[in-house]
Amino acid sequence: MDVLIEARWLVLSGTIVTLRVFVLSFLFAAILALLLGLLRQSKHALVRGAATCWVEFFRGVSTVVQLFWLYFALPFFGISLSAETAAIIGLGLVHGAYGSEVVRGAMQSIGRDQWEAATALGYSRRQTLFGIIMPQALIAMLPPLGNSLVLLLKGTSIASIITVPELTFQSALVVNRTLAVVPIFICVLLIYYSIAIAATWIVRLLERKLGRWRPQTLNIR
Amino acid sequence: MFDFSFAASIFPQLAVAAITTVFVTIASFLFALVVGIPLLLLRRSRWQIVSQTTTAVVDFIRCTPILVQLYFLYFAMPEFGVRLSPLATGLLVFSVHYGCYMSEVYRAGLEAVPRGQWDACVALSLPRVETYRSIVLPQMIYPIIPAAGNYFVHLFKETPLLASISVVEMMFVSAEIGADRFRYLEPITLCGLLFLIMSIAAAGLIRTAEFFYGRHWRRAW
Repeated sequence: MDVLIEARWLVLSGTIVTLRVFVLSFLFAAILALLLGLLRQSKHALVRGAATCWVEFFRGVSTVVQLFWLYFALPFFGISLSAETAAIIGLGLVHGAYGSEVVRGAMQSIGRDQWEAATALGYSRRQTLFGIIMPQALIAMLPPLGNSLVLLLKGTSIASIITVPELTFQSALVVNRTLAVVPIFICVLLIYYSIAIAATWIVRLLERKLGRWRPQTLNIR
Repeated sequence: MFDFSFAASIFPQLAVAAITTVFVTIASFLFALVVGIPLLLLRRSRWQIVSQTTTAVVDFIRCTPILVQLYFLYFAMPEFGVRLSPLATGLLVFSVHYGCYMSEVYRAGLEAVPRGQWDACVALSLPRVETYRSIVLPQMIYPIIPAAGNYFVHLFKETPLLASISVVEMMFVSAEIGADRFRYLEPITLCGLLFLIMSIAAAGLIRTAEFFYGRHWRRAW
């Protein structure tokens, strides 16, 4: 216990960095996922193909290798990123690619009839997409979002490998110094667990709040 | 910029290390397939205390980063007098972590078997073991192939984390070459490419498995 009190500032600062990386890479990933999800629905085969290749590439390369590459190999091209920036970009790229599948699935879950009805009412393609399909699709994305968030949170621990001073990194540091393996790591696991619980809880809250806007057709499966 | 002759000269080293990576992936996935079964049975236990405890433990393991779990076991086990090699520790952690995921996959597969099948087994008064062995199990396998395959590829892409507990696999070797020669670009790029090729190949293999298995079982669906 004494060890935990002694190490509280390091663990706390690590938690803050973890949360920062988590939130920022989530924002980046979310934007990327929406963009890629839309591009993969494009009318032009070339755009569709390029987006698919992009997604397959970032899904195929391991996150660890990618972060390592961004941090250690990119400087050879004259671009030096700070460790934290590299982590945020790397995690955003990987999870943006994963997320695009969620976006695509959600958009496909909105039935053809919505498109047809919008066309019949004289909406343009863009108006239909952003005014009618997307708002419904965003709600349909909520259930898988909880899972994706937990996956991303677990991914942030990989940033410790490229020396981002986040929770895992700091705890390894404390353990090296104090040799109090069990209390420190259990505390850290609990912190990760609470963040994960909080994130899924927020998603579930959103789901409940926005659920009433969910169109009936979505519930019929 | 990218030195091809250097890349070619380090390729054999990486290829040897790739064997370890593939071995760890396949071995821990097979263990995970096995670990998932008792976990599923415990979660379906009639005693609430057993099923709820198991669910809580599985959730905890799934919501915390595998890297911290690796560190925890690697550094904590010697304190309790258990000495495992880094490789064995890695196998243990990956098997249990993905075993938890597999129990979830199995559960979904079990729930996908139509109720009528169970009812029919009761009507035919098939013994419980026989019901599982020849009716439920064969029908479970087809729907779980995609999810299980997904986790297989995930596991593969997380194996570079083993480098942090000094298992000599691809990531470890490429980082070592990078540190030795002060050139990270070639080893890490090569490592990433190998990961990309292998994970795309694995995804293709899974789709083939699904197709071949589906030929016999799709009719049931």
